[in-house]
Amino acid sequence: MSNFSNGVSDALIITKRQILQLTRVPELLIFSTIQPVMFVLLFRYVFGGSIATDQPGGYVQLLMPGIFVQTVAFTLAGTAVGLSSDMQKGLIDRFRSLPIARSAVVFGRTLGDAALNIVVLLVMGIAGYLVGWRPSSGIFMITLGFLFLFVFGYAMSWIGVLIGLSVKEERVAQNVTFIAVFPLTFLSNAFAPTTGMPKYLQYFAEWNPVSTMVAGCRQLFGLKNEFGATAGSFPSEHPLEMSLIYMVLLMAVFIPLSIRKYNNTSK
Amino acid sequence: MKAVIAENLINTYDNGRVRALNGLSLDVEEGTVLGVLGPNGAGKTTTVRVLATLLKPDSGFAQVAGIDVAKEPDEVRKVIGLSGQYAAVDETLTGWDNLIMFGRLYHLSSKQAAVRATELLEQFSLTDRAKSPIRTYSGGMRRRLDLAASLIVKPKVLFLDEPTTGLDPRGRQDMWGVIDELVKGGVTLLLTTQYLEEADHLADEIAVIDHGKVIARGTSDSLKREVGGEKLEIVVENADMAATREIVAKVSASAVAVDEGMRRISAPVTTGSKALIEAARLLDDLGIHPLDIGLKRPSLDDVFLSLTGHVAEEEKESEPVDARAKRKRGKQSE
Repeated sequence: MSNFSNGVSDALIITKRQILQLTRVPELLIFSTIQPVMFVLLFRYVFGGSIATDQPGGYVQLLMPGIFVQTVAFTLAGTAVGLSSDMQKGLIDRFRSLPIARSAVVFGRTLGDAALNIVVLLVMGIAGYLVGWRPSSGIFMITLGFLFLFVFGYAMSWIGVLIGLSVKEERVAQNVTFIAVFPLTFLSNAFAPTTGMPKYLQYFAEWNPVSTMVAGCRQLFGLKNEFGATAGSFPSEHPLEMSLIYMVLLMAVFIPLSIRKYNNTSK
Repeated sequence: MKAVIAENLINTYDNGRVRALNGLSLDVEEGTVLGVLGPNGAGKTTTVRVLATLLKPDSGFAQVAGIDVAKEPDEVRKVIGLSGQYAAVDETLTGWDNLIMFGRLYHLSSKQAAVRATELLEQFSLTDRAKSPIRTYSGGMRRRLDLAASLIVKPKVLFLDEPTTGLDPRGRQDMWGVIDELVKGGVTLLLTTQYLEEADHLADEIAVIDHGKVIARGTSDSLKREVGGEKLEIVVENADMAATREIVAKVSASAVAVDEGMRRISAPVTTGSKALIEAARLLDDLGIHPLDIGLKRPSLDDVFLSLTGHVAEEEKESEPVDARAKRKRGKQSE
């Protein structure tokens, strides 16, 4: 077998380990899906009534893409916590003492976290449907929308790799990721129009990858881009292109950094 | 042939402020067991991490099974096993799951991995717990599974970093038994420990390390000889102490030590059991019945004390010296 195919099969063994964990401890899967569903219900019924929109079908149409993006953005938390826990327990050391590709463990981990996202997105989609979400763009565009969400989650996961390998403790990883992602998802068009924000925050929100992803997904799910920034800037006019650029950039920066970190890491 | 060679390893961290390894050199003959003995913070774990390719030293040379660790770490990884403090298993998975995963990572086929997992679980008496998650295992079982995971491809050189630290006496006995079996099977083993009797029991040769350096090496016996030969020790009732002291002085050419509190009289002897019998006879002549009498060989504790001038104290590895001093001061003021 070539080095490359060995590397791929090593990574898949690590991915399989994560899936096996979910079957051995089903609570992991249950709670990873309950939280996003809870967000759907809370936002739908708490904010839904007070945020005015002339969108056909109401606020929930705008909300669902926002919550989808928020959820996949938080993939990096799972990645970071999982890796720092492995490191703390010495598993990373054991993996590093094995004759496997240097990138296998981190690729396997990000793939596993992405795989979990498929289940989470599916459950959220069903929950959304039950509370009135009706994407109108047809099966092809809807699938493309979910594909965008999936890849975005995967790209974000690589930030989690770097965080997970850099902090000394699981709890720190938890906090760091929370602080990194929460503002990103709220300083965006995900839940409310950005027009109510101070000018400089609007500017940030406009370029925020979460906003371009949300705006892009709204387009793909058949909505007019209502919460997008109004300035006619590139990201608000071309959210899908901009999102693609962000995903490529994230992976181009964080994949090499993460692999380097993995190679030099020590407990 | 030497299975492990380390020459003049230096490793610093905290920008050179702390020297974990300070010119450490050692070697292990193929098929033998080297016990690396030292207190916490002496550099034991760092040594293992360097030899197991987990850490690049600042300078120095290391070779495992004839392979240069710095130049061909991937080749080294194919022939080593690592277990102990710094290697681990996935606690959410079962013992079986873990062994299969590691087997597959060693590029065994699913079938080969299953065969090997079955063998190892049997060998380490874990068969009946194979399908339970590791987090339900006792400490000793966990360590055994951890060790099993490092033996999947029958390594040429095995590194065990403090294999029994934290185990209860029963767990330690079990672990020693398991390691004894491995050694009989001919594996080359480098084992670190802070337990003196563990090195004594398991190792062919012992390297005593302190502050990142080997300060003595040899067999357990030769190290003990270095410290001094046997001691005659007699414990008697208070009333008999003076007479016993005279008897001990007769059979020993050296100074007699008297521990009033323990009512123990002792002195180095060169003639071994002859001196013991002589002393017993003289005591019997005077009608003195000792509470305890025997020849005591120096323990490795004595070895450590005489080599380093301090007892094998616990030092925290990641802590620079000044921080430690501060902590001690802090404790005193409490």
